[in-house]
Amino acid sequence: MIAMASKAYPAATVVSADWRDFLALTKPRVLTLVVFTGLCGLLVAPQSIHPVLGFTAVLCIALGAGAAGALNQWYEADLDTMMARTANRPLPAGRMDRQTALHFGVGLGSFSVLLMGLALNVLAAAILAVSILFYVVVYTVWLKRRTPQNIVIGGAAGAFPALIGWAAATGRVDMLPVLLFALVFLWTPPHFWALALFINSDYARAGVPMMPAVVGQRATRIQVLLYTVPMAIAAVAPWAMGLTGAIYGIGASLLSGIFLLLSAQVGFSRESDPAKMKPERRLFAFSILYLFVIFGLLVADKVLLA
Amino acid sequence: MTFTPEEQTEIRRRQKSRALVTALILGGLVILFYGISIAKML
Repeated sequence: MIAMASKAYPAATVVSADWRDFLALTKPRVLTLVVFTGLCGLLVAPQSIHPVLGFTAVLCIALGAGAAGALNQWYEADLDTMMARTANRPLPAGRMDRQTALHFGVGLGSFSVLLMGLALNVLAAAILAVSILFYVVVYTVWLKRRTPQNIVIGGAAGAFPALIGWAAATGRVDMLPVLLFALVFLWTPPHFWALALFINSDYARAGVPMMPAVVGQRATRIQVLLYTVPMAIAAVAPWAMGLTGAIYGIGASLLSGIFLLLSAQVGFSRESDPAKMKPERRLFAFSILYLFVIFGLLVADKVLLA
Repeated sequence: MTFTPEEQTEIRRRQKSRALVTALILGGLVILFYGISIAKML
């Protein structure tokens, strides 16, 4: 499998990579959400930790996610050359050789887990290690090119940071971080499939079996709607179970209601021209805002109602 | 492998910037490890 993927990567670079290329390898834009949810998981935990240790925990989460991103780009160099969105990444553009990316990813990942284990606790380090391996092995190597369910199961990788943040602060895993994990896990399919609906052609050209290309737009729209319902339940559950206060509860209910409404618009739309897919673009944009605001509300709820 | 003068200049520039960033990261880690040591003692 690895040998197969290594066949089609661009010729070795002549000039050594710039430090910005190493930064690009970590997918900094994806890191924003990872760091934010990890920080929120840390802040809503019932036990507070020293700010330096809190910073270290968030740094480890960011480094671990960056390592996973680097290893993802190492493995998918051939795929990235075929998509306009990814063609300018360091490997497909020929600014870095694959071995450097592999060494960087393995080194960064090992360092982040080791530092988390030594500075915080073994449980947080173990979950961090599982999240990196899950993203690289389960999502990137195993599922992404094989099944349209790739991002459903792969979405778990993005759901770990809140759990890690909580575990770093408390040394255990409780019901609230598990619900936050479920929320991000169930949020991922409607978020990515909304995007896949209007950039379908790019994924199809690269041969990635994204849901719209395999089962068609109609079935994808229904799946978007079907995943939004349990996602909304997972979002409101912490309040219903008495784990958060009214600030989070009311906010999460309102936001989830809007999410459901936008998903319904996508679910019942029959538009097939990507250029005219406004509900899909609206849902994709709102889904990013949704996750940021809902985690922000969780922290506001804890701080204001403390 | 031989490089043109332009390529050599570019290689030197990149090596210099990478060395500088590596030094900054190592300096940051020294401060971080010191901070962690103090925080763990409290």
